Amino acid sequence: MELKDKLISSFMAFENRVDIDHPVHDIRTEAIKVFEEKGFPSKKDELWKYTSLNTLLKNNYSVFPKDEPGLEFKDVKKYFIHDIDSYKIVFIDGIYSSHLSQTSHEGLDACLMSSALNKPKYRTVIEKYFNKIAKKDDSLTSLNTAFSREGAFIHIPKGKVVEKPIQIIHFATGNEASLMLQPRSLVIVEENAQVQIIERHQSTTENAVFTNSVTEIFVHERAIADYYKIQNDKQSASLIDNTYIAQEKNSHASVHTFSIGGKLTRNNLQFLHKGEYINSTLKGITIIEGKQHVDHSTLVHHSEPNCESHQDYKGIYADKSTGVFNGRIIVEKEAQKTNGFQQSNNILIDDKATINAKPQLEIFADDVKCSHGCTIGQLDDEALFYLQTRGIPEKEARALLMYAFANNVLESVKIPEVKIRINKLIAMKLGVNIGFDL
Amino acid sequence: MAYTEEELKKELETKEYEYGFYTDIESDTFPVGLNEEIVRAISKKKNEPEWMTEWRLEAYRAWTAMIEPEWANVKYKKPDFQAISYYSAPKSKPQYDSLDEVDPEMLDTFNKLGISIDEQKKLANVAVDVVMDSVSVATTFKKTLAEKGIIFCSISEAIQEHPELVKKYLGTVVPQKDNFYAALNSAVFSDGSFCYIPKGVRCPMELSTYFRINQAGTGQFERTLVIAEEGSYVSYLEGCTAPMRDENQLHAAVVELIALDDAEIKYSTVQNWFPGDKNGKGGVFNFVTKRGLCEKNAKISWTQVETGSAITWKYPSCVLKGDNSIGEFYSIAVTNNHQQADTGTKMIHLGKNTKSTIISKGVSAGKSQNSYRGLVQVNSRAENARNFSQCDSLLMGNLCGAHTFPYIETKNKTAQIEHEATTSKIGEDQIFYCNQRGIDTEKAIALIVNGFSKDVLSKLPMEFAVEAQKLLEISLEGSVG
Repeated sequence: MELKDKLISSFMAFENRVDIDHPVHDIRTEAIKVFEEKGFPSKKDELWKYTSLNTLLKNNYSVFPKDEPGLEFKDVKKYFIHDIDSYKIVFIDGIYSSHLSQTSHEGLDACLMSSALNKPKYRTVIEKYFNKIAKKDDSLTSLNTAFSREGAFIHIPKGKVVEKPIQIIHFATGNEASLMLQPRSLVIVEENAQVQIIERHQSTTENAVFTNSVTEIFVHERAIADYYKIQNDKQSASLIDNTYIAQEKNSHASVHTFSIGGKLTRNNLQFLHKGEYINSTLKGITIIEGKQHVDHSTLVHHSEPNCESHQDYKGIYADKSTGVFNGRIIVEKEAQKTNGFQQSNNILIDDKATINAKPQLEIFADDVKCSHGCTIGQLDDEALFYLQTRGIPEKEARALLMYAFANNVLESVKIPEVKIRINKLIAMKLGVNIGFDL
Repeated sequence: MAYTEEELKKELETKEYEYGFYTDIESDTFPVGLNEEIVRAISKKKNEPEWMTEWRLEAYRAWTAMIEPEWANVKYKKPDFQAISYYSAPKSKPQYDSLDEVDPEMLDTFNKLGISIDEQKKLANVAVDVVMDSVSVATTFKKTLAEKGIIFCSISEAIQEHPELVKKYLGTVVPQKDNFYAALNSAVFSDGSFCYIPKGVRCPMELSTYFRINQAGTGQFERTLVIAEEGSYVSYLEGCTAPMRDENQLHAAVVELIALDDAEIKYSTVQNWFPGDKNGKGGVFNFVTKRGLCEKNAKISWTQVETGSAITWKYPSCVLKGDNSIGEFYSIAVTNNHQQADTGTKMIHLGKNTKSTIISKGVSAGKSQNSYRGLVQVNSRAENARNFSQCDSLLMGNLCGAHTFPYIETKNKTAQIEHEATTSKIGEDQIFYCNQRGIDTEKAIALIVNGFSKDVLSKLPMEFAVEAQKLLEISLEGSVG
């Protein structure tokens, strides 16, 4: 049976597991109809021109994992940023793991989507925010909406500066030969509040995992939200990450995406502006090899005056890997004095590696400063030679240059421990043994 | 009283198409609609050999199975392809040896356009092959060219007199089934130019053709084929102005350039077809397929100034097949009122050490939409490919739009690709500076835009550059932001 048909038929079984009288269920039934009509995107869709899901859809994924699996903290400790104190919201095969998590209801809500959906006291919040900015006519987002039940729910009240980061980790244990996960998260940062969130998807075995995740983030007036996505999964795992961010006046939001692992990763990242003087930052480092495929598809929709957006994506592609960058800036005619910046720099290491870039600008306002740049090239031979004359072996010299190339993105990471972790991941990926925190 | 921006805006809005006149020449027009009979009739009318008729029919059959492309960033009411007459030729069609024999009314037309053939003949040393509603009526300097072995004639003439060349090259760069409009053109093309430069010959003058759409309700389907043999050089100019008509007119041309080893082709276009009035009524639909093929060490350079047409859909491309070949694209696209342009280029790098340069300048004013759409593709065997792209847009007023859709596809690690794009407006300080030097606002804008476009204008041959600047001034100066 095709995955699409399987998912549609399992929607009925899913209905037995959730409260179908809840208003959210109407949203789910609408969404499954959209998915039924649209199906999975194909290469014929302009937005999926360079990324094919075909090989992914062949697996016979199990949609509902059977039993509650367990993981010991010592086995998975390495996947946490464990050297700092943090709130933790942990899921194992899509099911909340209370013994690995550290949630909170004191001063802020860092808990579960399922409890937010079930408890009456969250009803008004859910009605106000749930599925309000996720794209309703997008097939994969709709699919997630239809099966939305579990994920992280984070609500930071007015003026609260969260003192430690919140980690969201989704583990896949491989108890099933192949598993499909659809986490759905909601983050609300109220006025003047500040939060830092680290998200990770991780499988512990080589069994196939296909994650279709949707996160909605609301950043209110003068609030600051920083989101870090660490994508260093096993090469059997694929991820489609849909993140929608709505910003109000004077707010700052940033998303850093570090794509190092995984078989196929697609990041759909959309920023909507609902006020003036908004600052949006989208940054990413992609370092991949083998047959890995990473696709960044970004959209910043400027609809209000005096806003800024910065996009900076660096990619290093080895072996037969493929990189895609599809960046879009739309500036509506009302959005005067917009400052939109977009950059994509890429290095191809091997002959079989491919990069497809499509940096787009759609501008309807005249008093704007918008630019985009895109480069594709190699490491500078002369710089490499210089380092070698200073006694640095070629491999390390290459790694140093690549590190320098990607450093722009790392610089704006605000949590030092995350920076160190990413440094280590990059060093591991490049196969060198030098400390980069020089 | 000082001349205010408001007044300027008003004046520009009401500035009607200066070249809008209609020459009353008796025309020989086919019934409207398109079917195999019409295709055969066109072929027969032009006295074409059997293989040509078959070639057209093959294209027609492919066309019937195709659908119109919709991906471009333009909105318009699709033309009804069955409501167009596919052939129109001036009825009196004698072969002229000198201008004196040409219909005086037609000469008058050219005079109004300011492209007096006499003048150009004498002063500019340009051989003009005038295509008026699809049939070549005057060819000049043929003798000088013939001495060098250069063939420069209408494509219908080439089919009669040089069938071996046409047969060998026609459709090799833009196949009949390439796209919807190319297929349509292949089936019904009425006339166009043919140019052949023999081995090692450097064409001593700029070859030039003026296309005009004249008969109301007739689509213009030009077909141009330029072949530069090994080591030869040619510079080809194409200019267009069309008289004002109220209903939309369709133009679907195909241009094929073939640059064999070490050859160089420079192809320049000034397009100033009727863009529709200020309410967006009327105007020419320009759906053009232009492509060049470069063999070893060859070079093709496209330069275009696009100021006219209601809808422009045009991507002059280079296939860099041979090693060390070079492709260039310089473009200025100006849109005003309700014009929509979706234009750009494709650079396909297949050979080693191939280079391409793209400079695209877009100026949008009024309620127009101006898009750059380009593809740079480096295939896995194209070692050391190099590309530099720059797309700048200038916006005037907040009712227009400027868009950039670059596609970059690289499969080779030795490729070096740079793309940059900027969008800005004419600064008030720049205008102020000009004002205080005694340059009025209107002139200041013209000056600034001229500077903005200079990279491209400087690539045009002398004779064209002057006209292009004039055109920019007419269609350009828009509402200061």
